[in-house]
Amino acid sequence: MNKSIRLALMLLAATGVASTQYSLAGDVVSLRGHAAPDEETKAPPQKPWRKDGEPLPRDYVQQPPLIPHKIKGYKINLKFNKCLTCHSWANYREAGATKISQTHFEDRDKNVLANVSARRYFCTQCHVPQANARPLVENTFKPIEAISGK
Amino acid sequence: MADNDTKQCTGFISCLWNALKRPSVHYSLGVLLLAGFVAGILFWGGFNWAMEMTNNEQFCISCHEMRDNVYQEYQDTVHYSNRTGVRATCPDCHVPKEWVHKVVRKIQATNELYHKVMGTIDTREKFEANRLELARHVWKTMKKTDSRECRNCHDYDSMDFTEQGRRAVAQHSKGLEEGKTCIDCHKGIAHSLPDLREVDPSAVVGSK
Repeated sequence: MNKSIRLALMLLAATGVASTQYSLAGDVVSLRGHAAPDEETKAPPQKPWRKDGEPLPRDYVQQPPLIPHKIKGYKINLKFNKCLTCHSWANYREAGATKISQTHFEDRDKNVLANVSARRYFCTQCHVPQANARPLVENTFKPIEAISGK
Repeated sequence: MADNDTKQCTGFISCLWNALKRPSVHYSLGVLLLAGFVAGILFWGGFNWAMEMTNNEQFCISCHEMRDNVYQEYQDTVHYSNRTGVRATCPDCHVPKEWVHKVVRKIQATNELYHKVMGTIDTREKFEANRLELARHVWKTMKKTDSRECRNCHDYDSMDFTEQGRRAVAQHSKGLEEGKTCIDCHKGIAHSLPDLREVDPSAVVGSK
Protein backbone atom coordinates (compact mmCIF):
# COMPACT_ATOMS: atom_id res chain seq x y z
CA MET A 1 0.00 0.00 0.00
CA ASN A 2 1.50 3.27 -0.96
CA LYS A 3 1.63 6.37 1.14
CA SER A 4 -1.13 8.39 -0.56
CA ILE A 5 -3.69 5.55 -0.39
CA ARG A 6 -2.92 5.05 3.29
CA LEU A 7 -3.41 8.78 3.90
CA ALA A 8 -6.69 8.78 1.99
CA LEU A 9 -7.97 5.82 4.04
CA MET A 10 -7.00 7.51 7.29
CA LEU A 11 -8.78 10.69 6.22
CA LEU A 12 -11.89 8.70 5.32
CA ALA A 13 -11.85 6.94 8.70
CA ALA A 14 -11.39 10.23 10.51
CA THR A 15 -14.35 11.78 8.68
CA GLY A 16 -16.42 8.71 9.52
CA VAL A 17 -15.61 8.99 13.21
CA ALA A 18 -16.23 12.71 13.16
CA SER A 19 -19.64 12.33 11.48
CA THR A 20 -20.77 9.61 13.94
CA GLN A 21 -19.73 11.87 16.76
CA TYR A 22 -21.62 14.70 15.15
CA SER A 23 -24.81 12.66 14.83
CA LEU A 24 -24.48 11.43 18.44
CA ALA A 25 -24.06 15.00 19.62
CA GLY A 26 -27.17 15.88 17.61
CA ASP A 27 -29.32 13.59 19.83
CA VAL A 28 -28.27 15.25 23.05
CA VAL A 29 -30.43 18.19 23.99
CA SER A 30 -29.30 20.47 26.76
CA LEU A 31 -31.75 21.75 29.33
CA ARG A 32 -32.13 24.99 27.39
CA GLY A 33 -33.14 23.08 24.21
CA HIS A 34 -31.90 24.14 20.80
CA ALA A 35 -32.06 27.83 21.58
CA ALA A 36 -28.98 29.90 20.92
CA PRO A 37 -27.23 31.11 24.09
CA ASP A 38 -28.41 34.69 23.58
CA GLU A 39 -32.06 33.68 23.05
CA GLU A 40 -34.50 33.56 25.92
CA THR A 41 -35.92 30.13 26.60
CA LYS A 42 -39.16 29.14 28.25
CA ALA A 43 -38.52 27.72 31.72
CA PRO A 44 -40.13 24.30 32.24
CA PRO A 45 -42.92 24.32 34.85
CA GLN A 46 -41.77 23.59 38.39
CA LYS A 47 -42.68 20.21 39.80
CA PRO A 48 -44.74 20.53 42.97
CA TRP A 49 -43.16 18.76 45.94
CA ARG A 50 -45.04 15.98 47.63
CA LYS A 51 -46.62 17.97 50.44
CA ASP A 52 -47.02 15.42 53.18
CA GLY A 53 -47.69 11.70 53.42
CA GLU A 54 -46.93 8.32 54.89
CA PRO A 55 -43.26 7.27 54.97
CA LEU A 56 -42.18 5.93 51.56
CA PRO A 57 -40.94 2.32 51.33
CA ARG A 58 -37.28 1.74 50.49
CA ASP A 59 -36.38 0.20 47.13
CA TYR A 60 -33.02 -1.36 47.91
CA VAL A 61 -30.83 -2.31 50.86
CA GLN A 62 -29.19 0.65 52.58
CA GLN A 63 -31.21 3.20 50.62
CA PRO A 64 -31.38 6.42 52.65
CA PRO A 65 -35.12 6.78 53.44
CA LEU A 66 -36.89 9.37 51.27
CA ILE A 67 -38.41 12.49 52.81
CA PRO A 68 -42.21 12.13 52.54
CA HIS A 69 -42.93 15.84 53.10
CA LYS A 70 -42.00 19.32 51.86
CA ILE A 71 -38.82 20.82 53.28
CA LYS A 72 -39.07 24.29 51.75
CA GLY A 73 -37.33 26.85 53.98
CA TYR A 74 -35.75 24.20 56.21
CA LYS A 75 -32.21 25.31 56.95
CA ILE A 76 -29.18 23.33 58.02
CA ASN A 77 -26.25 25.39 59.26
CA LEU A 78 -23.78 25.56 62.14
CA LYS A 79 -26.35 27.10 64.47
CA PHE A 80 -29.15 24.62 63.97
CA ASN A 81 -30.49 21.82 61.82
CA LYS A 82 -34.19 22.26 61.18
CA CYS A 83 -34.67 18.55 60.42
CA LEU A 84 -33.25 17.53 63.79
CA THR A 85 -35.72 19.75 65.66
CA CYS A 86 -38.15 16.87 64.93
CA HIS A 87 -36.00 13.87 63.94
CA SER A 88 -33.36 13.92 66.70
CA TRP A 89 -33.55 11.29 69.41
CA ALA A 90 -34.52 13.97 71.91
CA ASN A 91 -37.40 15.26 69.80
CA TYR A 92 -38.85 12.44 67.69
CA ARG A 93 -41.43 11.25 70.23
CA GLU A 94 -42.90 14.70 70.78
CA ALA A 95 -42.92 15.40 67.04
CA GLY A 96 -44.20 11.98 65.98
CA ALA A 97 -41.29 11.73 63.54
CA THR A 98 -38.90 8.95 62.51
CA LYS A 99 -35.71 9.15 64.55
CA ILE A 100 -32.34 9.34 62.83
CA SER A 101 -30.45 6.08 62.54
CA GLN A 102 -27.96 4.97 65.16
CA THR A 103 -25.33 4.91 62.40
CA HIS A 104 -25.52 8.72 62.34
CA PHE A 105 -23.72 8.93 65.69
CA GLU A 106 -20.55 7.26 64.40
CA ASP A 107 -17.53 9.07 63.05
CA ARG A 108 -15.61 7.53 60.16
CA ASP A 109 -13.48 5.45 62.57
CA LYS A 110 -16.66 3.92 64.00
CA ASN A 111 -16.26 5.78 67.29
CA VAL A 112 -19.72 6.37 68.76
CA LEU A 113 -20.31 10.06 69.58
CA ALA A 114 -22.71 11.69 72.02
CA ASN A 115 -24.54 13.58 69.29
CA VAL A 116 -25.06 13.37 65.54
CA SER A 117 -21.76 13.07 63.68
CA ALA A 118 -20.58 16.00 61.56
CA ARG A 119 -20.40 13.75 58.50
CA ARG A 120 -24.10 12.87 58.95
CA TYR A 121 -25.27 16.39 59.80
CA PHE A 122 -26.25 17.52 56.31
CA CYS A 123 -29.38 15.42 55.90
CA THR A 124 -30.17 16.41 52.31
CA GLN A 125 -26.88 15.00 51.04
CA CYS A 126 -28.59 11.61 51.19
CA HIS A 127 -32.25 12.15 52.09
CA VAL A 128 -34.34 13.91 49.47
CA PRO A 129 -37.97 15.06 49.21
CA GLN A 130 -40.05 13.77 46.31
CA ALA A 131 -41.94 15.29 43.40
CA ASN A 132 -44.09 13.42 40.92
CA ALA A 133 -41.70 13.65 37.96
CA ARG A 134 -41.06 11.22 35.11
CA PRO A 135 -37.50 9.80 35.01
CA LEU A 136 -35.30 11.90 32.69
CA VAL A 137 -33.97 8.71 31.13
CA GLU A 138 -36.10 5.59 30.66
CA ASN A 139 -34.79 2.69 32.73
CA THR A 140 -35.76 -0.79 33.79
CA PHE A 141 -35.02 -0.46 37.50
CA LYS A 142 -37.23 -2.55 39.74
CA PRO A 143 -37.33 -2.29 43.52
CA ILE A 144 -36.14 -5.31 45.49
CA GLU A 145 -39.26 -7.16 46.54
CA ALA A 146 -37.92 -8.25 49.92
CA ILE A 147 -37.29 -4.61 50.83
CA SER A 148 -40.08 -2.66 49.19
CA GLY A 149 -42.82 -5.27 49.17
CA LYS A 150 -43.53 -4.27 45.55
CA MET B 1 -64.91 86.63 94.22
CA ALA B 2 -63.45 87.03 90.75
CA ASP B 3 -61.56 90.10 91.89
CA ASN B 4 -60.18 88.17 94.85
CA ASP B 5 -58.96 85.38 92.51
CA THR B 6 -57.28 87.86 90.21
CA LYS B 7 -55.51 89.41 93.12
CA GLN B 8 -54.31 86.03 94.41
CA CYS B 9 -52.97 85.14 90.95
CA THR B 10 -49.18 85.28 91.11
CA GLY B 11 -47.52 82.71 88.86
CA PHE B 12 -48.45 81.32 85.39
CA ILE B 13 -49.98 78.13 86.72
CA SER B 14 -52.17 79.79 89.33
CA CYS B 15 -53.36 82.37 86.76
CA LEU B 16 -54.26 79.57 84.33
CA TRP B 17 -56.03 77.69 87.10
CA ASN B 18 -58.02 80.79 88.01
CA ALA B 19 -59.01 81.33 84.38
CA LEU B 20 -60.09 77.70 84.00
CA LYS B 21 -62.09 77.79 87.24
CA ARG B 22 -64.25 80.74 86.18
CA PRO B 23 -67.29 80.30 83.94
CA SER B 24 -66.84 81.67 80.44
CA VAL B 25 -67.90 85.30 80.05
CA HIS B 26 -67.43 85.86 76.30
CA TYR B 27 -68.34 82.53 74.61
CA SER B 28 -71.66 80.73 74.54
CA LEU B 29 -71.92 77.16 75.78
CA GLY B 30 -72.62 76.04 72.19
CA VAL B 31 -69.39 77.52 70.86
CA LEU B 32 -67.41 76.01 73.71
CA LEU B 33 -68.94 72.59 73.16
CA LEU B 34 -68.33 72.72 69.43
CA ALA B 35 -64.74 73.87 69.90
CA GLY B 36 -64.28 71.04 72.41
CA PHE B 37 -65.61 68.46 69.94
CA VAL B 38 -63.43 69.71 67.11
CA ALA B 39 -60.33 69.85 69.30
CA GLY B 40 -61.14 66.35 70.59
CA ILE B 41 -61.39 64.93 67.09
CA LEU B 42 -58.14 66.65 66.06
CA PHE B 43 -56.17 65.51 69.09
CA TRP B 44 -57.52 61.97 69.15
CA GLY B 45 -57.21 61.56 65.42
CA GLY B 46 -53.75 63.08 65.45
CA PHE B 47 -52.63 60.76 68.22
CA ASN B 48 -53.84 57.65 66.45
CA TRP B 49 -52.51 58.88 63.11
CA ALA B 50 -49.07 59.43 64.62
CA MET B 51 -49.20 55.98 66.23
CA GLU B 52 -50.16 54.38 62.91
CA MET B 53 -47.23 56.17 61.28
CA THR B 54 -44.95 54.13 63.52
CA ASN B 55 -46.92 50.99 62.75
CA ASN B 56 -45.89 50.05 59.24
CA GLU B 57 -43.08 48.12 57.64
CA GLN B 58 -41.40 51.20 56.14
CA PHE B 59 -41.04 52.68 59.61
CA CYS B 60 -39.70 49.41 61.06
CA ILE B 61 -37.01 48.99 58.41
CA SER B 62 -35.96 52.62 58.55
CA CYS B 63 -33.58 51.28 61.21
CA HIS B 64 -30.66 49.37 59.69
CA GLU B 65 -30.78 46.93 62.62
CA MET B 66 -34.13 45.68 61.34
CA ARG B 67 -33.54 46.19 57.62
CA ASP B 68 -30.21 44.33 57.40
CA ASN B 69 -31.01 41.44 59.71
CA VAL B 70 -34.54 40.27 60.38
CA TYR B 71 -36.09 41.93 57.32
CA GLN B 72 -33.72 40.10 54.94
CA GLU B 73 -34.56 36.73 56.45
CA TYR B 74 -38.28 37.43 56.48
CA GLN B 75 -38.21 37.97 52.70
CA ASP B 76 -37.41 34.27 52.23
CA THR B 77 -40.43 33.11 54.18
CA VAL B 78 -44.03 32.29 53.46
CA HIS B 79 -45.25 35.33 55.39
CA TYR B 80 -43.59 37.56 52.78
CA SER B 81 -44.37 35.76 49.55
CA ASN B 82 -46.73 32.88 48.92
CA ARG B 83 -49.27 31.27 46.60
CA THR B 84 -52.22 33.53 47.42
CA GLY B 85 -50.38 36.84 47.76
CA VAL B 86 -51.47 37.51 51.34
CA ARG B 87 -48.63 39.16 53.23
CA ALA B 88 -48.10 39.70 56.94
CA THR B 89 -45.83 42.68 57.57
CA CYS B 90 -43.84 43.47 60.75
CA PRO B 91 -46.65 45.07 62.84
CA ASP B 92 -49.13 42.32 61.90
CA CYS B 93 -47.12 39.91 64.05
CA HIS B 94 -45.26 42.22 66.43
CA VAL B 95 -47.84 44.87 67.37
CA PRO B 96 -51.21 43.93 68.89
CA LYS B 97 -54.36 45.02 67.03
CA GLU B 98 -56.40 45.91 70.15
CA TRP B 99 -55.89 49.54 71.17
CA VAL B 100 -54.89 49.07 74.81
CA HIS B 101 -52.40 46.29 74.04
CA LYS B 102 -51.10 48.33 71.12
CA VAL B 103 -50.38 51.38 73.31
CA VAL B 104 -48.69 49.18 75.93
CA ARG B 105 -46.48 47.67 73.22
CA LYS B 106 -45.67 51.11 71.84
CA ILE B 107 -44.60 52.29 75.29
CA GLN B 108 -42.42 49.19 75.68
CA ALA B 109 -40.87 50.00 72.30
CA THR B 110 -39.31 53.14 73.76
CA ASN B 111 -36.78 50.72 75.28
CA GLU B 112 -35.77 49.87 71.71
CA LEU B 113 -35.02 53.56 71.12
CA TYR B 114 -32.65 53.46 74.09
CA HIS B 115 -30.80 50.48 72.63
CA LYS B 116 -30.75 52.16 69.20
CA VAL B 117 -28.94 55.12 70.79
CA MET B 118 -26.61 52.83 72.75
CA GLY B 119 -25.87 50.80 69.61
CA THR B 120 -26.59 47.49 71.34
CA ILE B 121 -27.09 45.60 68.05
CA ASP B 122 -25.67 48.04 65.50
CA THR B 123 -23.41 45.48 63.81
CA ARG B 124 -24.15 42.04 62.40
CA GLU B 125 -21.84 40.48 65.00
CA LYS B 126 -23.58 42.21 67.90
CA PHE B 127 -26.96 41.23 66.49
CA GLU B 128 -25.95 37.58 66.16
CA ALA B 129 -24.50 37.61 69.68
CA ASN B 130 -27.84 38.86 71.03
CA ARG B 131 -30.12 36.90 68.74
CA LEU B 132 -30.98 34.17 71.24
CA GLU B 133 -31.94 36.71 73.89
CA LEU B 134 -34.00 38.74 71.42
CA ALA B 135 -35.74 35.62 70.19
CA ARG B 136 -36.45 34.52 73.75
CA HIS B 137 -38.16 37.86 74.46
CA VAL B 138 -40.51 37.36 71.53
CA TRP B 139 -41.12 33.67 72.38
CA LYS B 140 -41.91 34.61 75.98
CA THR B 141 -44.32 37.37 74.99
CA MET B 142 -46.13 35.17 72.48
CA LYS B 143 -46.40 32.37 75.00
CA LYS B 144 -47.84 34.84 77.54
CA THR B 145 -50.44 36.24 75.14
CA ASP B 146 -51.35 32.80 73.76
CA SER B 147 -49.91 33.85 70.39
CA ARG B 148 -52.53 36.58 70.11
CA GLU B 149 -51.04 38.17 67.00
CA CYS B 150 -50.81 34.84 65.16
CA ARG B 151 -54.45 34.25 65.87
CA ASN B 152 -55.51 37.48 64.18
CA CYS B 153 -55.20 35.37 61.02
CA HIS B 154 -54.67 31.77 62.18
CA ASP B 155 -57.61 30.85 64.35
CA TYR B 156 -58.22 27.28 65.55
CA ASP B 157 -61.97 27.85 65.08
CA SER B 158 -61.59 28.63 61.40
CA MET B 159 -59.03 25.90 60.70
CA ASP B 160 -60.24 23.03 58.53
CA PHE B 161 -58.16 20.06 59.65
CA THR B 162 -59.39 17.95 56.70
CA GLU B 163 -57.58 20.34 54.34
CA GLN B 164 -54.31 19.89 56.21
CA GLY B 165 -51.52 17.39 55.63
CA ARG B 166 -51.03 14.26 57.68
CA ARG B 167 -48.41 15.76 60.00
CA ALA B 168 -50.34 19.00 60.49
CA VAL B 169 -53.57 17.22 61.48
CA ALA B 170 -51.76 15.05 64.02
CA GLN B 171 -49.80 17.90 65.55
CA HIS B 172 -52.66 20.43 65.57
CA SER B 173 -55.09 17.98 67.16
CA LYS B 174 -52.52 17.14 69.82
CA GLY B 175 -51.69 20.80 70.37
CA LEU B 176 -55.34 21.72 70.74
CA GLU B 177 -55.86 18.96 73.32
CA GLU B 178 -52.81 19.92 75.33
CA GLY B 179 -53.67 23.63 75.21
CA LYS B 180 -50.51 24.55 73.38
CA THR B 181 -50.00 27.87 71.69
CA CYS B 182 -48.67 28.57 68.16
CA ILE B 183 -45.17 29.67 69.23
CA ASP B 184 -44.59 26.42 71.16
CA CYS B 185 -43.89 24.70 67.82
CA HIS B 186 -43.72 27.42 65.17
CA LYS B 187 -40.46 29.09 66.11
CA GLY B 188 -38.21 30.60 63.46
CA ILE B 189 -40.92 30.68 60.79
CA ALA B 190 -40.46 34.32 59.77
CA HIS B 191 -36.82 34.84 60.78
CA SER B 192 -33.82 32.54 61.13
CA LEU B 193 -33.60 30.59 64.35
CA PRO B 194 -30.85 31.61 66.77
CA ASP B 195 -28.05 29.22 67.70
CA LEU B 196 -30.00 26.38 69.32
CA ARG B 197 -27.06 25.01 71.32
CA GLU B 198 -28.63 26.16 74.60
CA VAL B 199 -32.23 25.52 73.61
CA ASP B 200 -32.01 22.12 71.90
CA PRO B 201 -28.49 20.62 71.78
CA SER B 202 -29.81 17.62 69.85
CA ALA B 203 -30.34 19.86 66.81
CA VAL B 204 -26.85 21.36 66.62
CA VAL B 205 -23.73 19.65 65.38
CA GLY B 206 -20.94 19.32 67.91
CA SER B 207 -23.07 20.01 70.99
CA LYS B 208 -23.53 17.51 73.78
